[in-house]
Amino acid sequence: MSDLLELQRRFAAAVMHPLTKNETMPRRRRDGVANTSEAAALIKPNDRLTGFERLEIYNRQYWFRLYTSFEEDFSGLRAIMGSTRFDRLMRDFLTECPSESFSLRNLGSQLEKWLLAHPAYLEPRSQLALDMVRLEWAHIEAFDSGEDPLLDADDLASIDENSRLHLQPYLRVLELHYPVEDLLIELRNEAGSSDSSSNNASVARKTRHVRRVAMLPPEQIFLAVHRHQNSVYYKRLDREDFRLLQLLLSGAPIGQAIDFAFEDSVIPEDARGPWLQQIFASWSTFGWFTQ
Amino acid sequence: MPANRFNGFTEYGVGIGLRIPHYQHILTRKPLVDWFEIISENYMIDGGRPLQVLDQILDQYKVVQHGVSMYFGSVSDPDPEHLRRLKRLVNRTKTPWLSDHLCWGSVDGRYTHDLLPMPYTWEAVKVTAERIRGVQDFLEIPVVVENVSSYAEYHVSEMTEWEFLNEVVERADCGILLDVNNIYVSSQNHGFDPFSYVNAVSAERIAQIHIAGHSKFEKYILDTHDHPVLEPVWQLYARTIERAGPTATLLEWDDNIPTFDEVHAEALKANRFLHATAAKISAPVSEFVFQGAAQ
Ligand SMILES: [Fe+2]
Repeated sequence: MSDLLELQRRFAAAVMHPLTKNETMPRRRRDGVANTSEAAALIKPNDRLTGFERLEIYNRQYWFRLYTSFEEDFSGLRAIMGSTRFDRLMRDFLTECPSESFSLRNLGSQLEKWLLAHPAYLEPRSQLALDMVRLEWAHIEAFDSGEDPLLDADDLASIDENSRLHLQPYLRVLELHYPVEDLLIELRNEAGSSDSSSNNASVARKTRHVRRVAMLPPEQIFLAVHRHQNSVYYKRLDREDFRLLQLLLSGAPIGQAIDFAFEDSVIPEDARGPWLQQIFASWSTFGWFTQ
Repeated sequence: MPANRFNGFTEYGVGIGLRIPHYQHILTRKPLVDWFEIISENYMIDGGRPLQVLDQILDQYKVVQHGVSMYFGSVSDPDPEHLRRLKRLVNRTKTPWLSDHLCWGSVDGRYTHDLLPMPYTWEAVKVTAERIRGVQDFLEIPVVVENVSSYAEYHVSEMTEWEFLNEVVERADCGILLDVNNIYVSSQNHGFDPFSYVNAVSAERIAQIHIAGHSKFEKYILDTHDHPVLEPVWQLYARTIERAGPTATLLEWDDNIPTFDEVHAEALKANRFLHATAAKISAPVSEFVFQGAAQ
């Protein structure tokens, strides 16, 4: 193996290893390797710092940068869990799923999957917390995904039940068990008006959020997370809209998507034609149908 | 006229980093700014507001791309998706050159999102120069590499940082983005004379200069980009343009960001040095060469 590759692997193993409770570099790692001897082997001390202390600067910097990014992406989850439990989840998730992308934007891409495999982290409000994670990730995707050219009126007129419609890459639909979008909007509004450099103020806000969130009653909702004029919006959907969009997004032909939408529907048979016309017209106005 | 072969952008003047808190001010007030430096990674996306803002900026200003995750010194190959997105952005911005750091930061497909220090070895020279050449060939625009600030040195190093920098850029045949604040920070952390660095670096390859403020801790200095530029950094800047000629200069300010006008005013302080150097250059060539080579 090249010396350079070996050095980079050893340095990275130390830097990406979790910090201690006091946010310092552990003397011994979970795999039994002593950071003290690794640091001594790799890094020169200077007149003020040992090799260990110099390596520790990078270890701390790595985690603080990841934490800042992750906390920003999942501020809603943090409000639900409280900072202590959130911190543990964040540390363990990022230890098991370190970034595999050049962009920090993708840091939380595996979070939902990881939480489904490690449900204990979210108890006792698992469903609420998981709903929030799904909403916050959908928001990130809706924010900067592509926007394709719109389907024009002629294209729309020529579609039939066998056509497959393309929808905007930024559009996401979610089935949720709590109205987490109201909560997230509220949290973001409050965060936006606060002075982020004041630590005391943010601690006070956090405890209040946790209490209020605990009282949020469950409610089944369907949500479209989309973008209009470069702002992300949450739009409540009916059960039928949701099922229709869900199948269209999966690439199913229109006929099949419509059948799925009306399964066990309360919309009377004779009202379904006008309902469909109206819904397609309004989605077309949102610019959701693309070429 | 360019002051050196890699410095085709002598006339670029003083730019500032495009940062989100200033978006609104820039778009509504349209301040007079020579150019903006953008962090490439913030715009290597498919759509949405950041690209809309970028397009509006591009309508009115010159933009230069600066990257933070190419990791020229990483042994692992760059992610093809990264290169593809970067090239798409290069086509959008028409950036005249592209900079990223002389560091490593990823290994085996895992990213630290940090600018980690290189061991100054001959193997690292070879690997890094090859990577820079590959990126330059793919992007088809000049690449310039920036010296990082560091807090650690390796036992295995076989040369000084400036020797390493010179060897890499020579073999890669690329330009240098000389960050004089980083030189100052590293000189304090590693106990060398920052002027030895500035005087030894291949001046004819300096295509751009970074200036910035930093934070001082008890035992080390951290490159935090959250303060005005300090006097010793201005002195290194003056010496650099004395050697390289007037060079596109950028002020970095990434944390505790003050108002746009404050950042801009701080950046424009560079003009007093740039103008003085330009005046010297218009003096007879022999005199300038003599002064530049004096140390
Ligand atoms: Fe810099």
